[in-house]
Amino acid sequence: MPYGGESKLPDRNHVALQHSMPTACERPPVKRHLDLSQLRRFKEQPSSDAHRSLQHSRDKHRTCGPRSRRRGGAGATAGGLTGVVVRRHSPHSAPPSRTAFPRGRCGRLAAASGAMAAAVALAVRGCGGVWRRARQRGAGQPGPGPGPFPRGQRAVACNARGGAVPAGKSGLAPWVPVVGLEIHAQISSNSKLFSGSQVQFAAPPNSLVSFFDASLPGTLPVLNRRCVEAAVMTGLALNCSINKKSLFDRKHYFYADLPAGYQITQQRVPIAVNGCLSYSLCIDSKMSQMVTKTVRIKQIQLEQDSGKSLHDDTRSQTLVDLNRAGVGLMEVVMEPDMCCGEEAAAAVRELQLILQTLGSSQAVMAEGQLRVDANVSVHHPGEPYGVRTEVKNINSIRFLAKAIDYEIQRQIEELENGGTILNETRAFDSKLGCTVPMRDKEGKQDYRFMPEPNLPPLILYDTKSLPANMNHQQVINIDWIHERLPDLPSVKRKKLVEKYGILPEHSFTLLNEDGLAEFFESVVKRTQMKPKKVIGWILNDLLSYLKQHSLTVKESPVSSFLLGDLLNLLEKKEISSTAAKQVFAELWKGEGKTPLEIVKEQKLGLLQDQKELEQICQAVIDGQENEVMAIKAGNQKVLNKLIGLVQKKTQGRSNPVLVKQLLEKKLSE
Amino acid sequence: MRALLLGRWLRAGPGPPRVPPRPESRHRGNGGNGGHGPLRQKVSVEVLDHLEHLALVDFRDSEGVERLHKAIQFADQLHEVNTDGVELMDSVLEDRCLYLREDDVTEGNCTKELLENAREKVEEYFVAPPGNIPLPKLEERETFLQGS
Repeated sequence: MPYGGESKLPDRNHVALQHSMPTACERPPVKRHLDLSQLRRFKEQPSSDAHRSLQHSRDKHRTCGPRSRRRGGAGATAGGLTGVVVRRHSPHSAPPSRTAFPRGRCGRLAAASGAMAAAVALAVRGCGGVWRRARQRGAGQPGPGPGPFPRGQRAVACNARGGAVPAGKSGLAPWVPVVGLEIHAQISSNSKLFSGSQVQFAAPPNSLVSFFDASLPGTLPVLNRRCVEAAVMTGLALNCSINKKSLFDRKHYFYADLPAGYQITQQRVPIAVNGCLSYSLCIDSKMSQMVTKTVRIKQIQLEQDSGKSLHDDTRSQTLVDLNRAGVGLMEVVMEPDMCCGEEAAAAVRELQLILQTLGSSQAVMAEGQLRVDANVSVHHPGEPYGVRTEVKNINSIRFLAKAIDYEIQRQIEELENGGTILNETRAFDSKLGCTVPMRDKEGKQDYRFMPEPNLPPLILYDTKSLPANMNHQQVINIDWIHERLPDLPSVKRKKLVEKYGILPEHSFTLLNEDGLAEFFESVVKRTQMKPKKVIGWILNDLLSYLKQHSLTVKESPVSSFLLGDLLNLLEKKEISSTAAKQVFAELWKGEGKTPLEIVKEQKLGLLQDQKELEQICQAVIDGQENEVMAIKAGNQKVLNKLIGLVQKKTQGRSNPVLVKQLLEKKLSE
Repeated sequence: MRALLLGRWLRAGPGPPRVPPRPESRHRGNGGNGGHGPLRQKVSVEVLDHLEHLALVDFRDSEGVERLHKAIQFADQLHEVNTDGVELMDSVLEDRCLYLREDDVTEGNCTKELLENAREKVEEYFVAPPGNIPLPKLEERETFLQGS
């Protein structure tokens, strides 16, 4: 129901206002000069508004064809959106001191990681801070080839903050890429940020829309308490300082899915500032060495989501669904501390895990609950930052890494060919694996930020400043929320490592898969096998089977009980490890048999009868005169052949250690 | 120069919005205007065009532009007060308590009523043009500003 009493039309004393967005019939369409080279590379340019990433493709209410090309529109490249980030990236600002570590709690962590990374980096190949064009010049390379990366190695040397830059192989000056991320996470709540309509993915179009969301006159915003708590939780988890007084602003731009013509956000004084996020990165492909890096969080702010536009090219129109309009978002703005796609992907994955652990957002990228835009630029070390481009339409973490790497490579090539980088917005085309420009350059977008006149400042309290006689429901106590924060992923990993003695890399993988850590713990409880050996089974066998069949841990046909029983058999030496793998494969079929039953059926149990084993060993020795003589002469390696023969005779049911002992005993007689 | 100041004021970037400093050159025309502030400053055509693009307003005729000038003049009265050292107030609601609503679903399910307002609709979606159609450039438009 509309909030507030009668609505008063705005005073029309001033200039005459146009009533609505210019429609197609009122204005002639703008003639566009099609760039044919662009056309060849991609058929349909994704259309989206200038300010958000593209609608994801799983919208089941989509009834129209492929999306149309944007016919120009508000260009939102720099704009006020990224505030200080813009200044940092401008070509004229001085680069930050490369040896300056972020102050605060993250300072020591960053320093340690910097030193360690620098030491490790020079020796190890991995994703690096320094990129060089690894192309062979004049070797008949095709133009901007089909793949985003040139053939051959990616020249690398990790250049952590403060680390020295090694000399280039090909003599070209090294490039330092700079990547900053803007992440929008949809808050997990029942109702929207400023209205009482429901938040739900995939509902009938325009059914979850209140009068305020449709921006009918006379409606006013009323802030949702749960959204504020979610933002405070996230801010605390990311080590931010929470602003006890934060303000709301309006950001104006025109687009069909923003019915009010402005978005309520927090641009001047957001709810949380100056935090940091630590994430781990594998620096070699074998996942055996992890390095911890941090990225600074500039701010976290609350803002409204806009509706969804579906583009219908055949009828040249856009269909607007406002179900998503007004849903609460947390925008996490990260400083440009990262240097490649892999780091960005690791940081986003860690943020995703944190948000899911806190419950403040479900952070599923496929459903659009987590949207990432990347700002990418390259420059030579020691010089100011280069011109940045913004990359949008990234639908998964894997694509994020690809898009950033492609964009870095593209910028390096462009600059080395003598071109310049335009400060533009580019969309990532996942099919082609490349970024394409999104709109005509229309100059900087001016959002005309103004304070939101309908909302007083948001005041948060802590135990010290808690007012005595206020309604409990109207008060948000930061300390109260802080006490109730659940264990963050980094804490959980440390606990696993301490409790079970597994490697940090293992605990990283355990937490990376949903439910795997719980599975591991219940197997450890059930079996006598040491956790260090159990982890091998979990990560190598179970996980590879799950991945092969694209199943989640919850859908695994092998339960933790069955696996525990199997490992017990192995531990008691009733079966060999090869037999155990066979049993596992059988268990995977999910026919309901226990490991013991399978062992009996397929006669996989190790021969327990000593006499029988001795007889077989004797038979083998008798049958292999030459080998026996060789062993007696001193060649011990031939013993392995005998062991192999015994194994063959017993169909793999002999314990090799026992066999070796028996053979040696017999041969020494 | 005046246009630049106005433009800068309109493009209030990060940081609290500030009242623009009084441009020096305007004092020259102060002569006989009494208590109503200096003579009105002219806003350049580029700025007006920029405003039209940003806010999609239409300065239909010289009267519209005149109203804009009057509005600026009215706002310039702010310069009369010395605000050095005074903390900014950006909302008259700053002493009010921001009401926090419980996270319950209380609205929605009024698709039919909402769609009554729409001129065109397709299967319960609102229909809009395929993208933002930008305002054509000043030269290509037929507008009052072109002549000025």
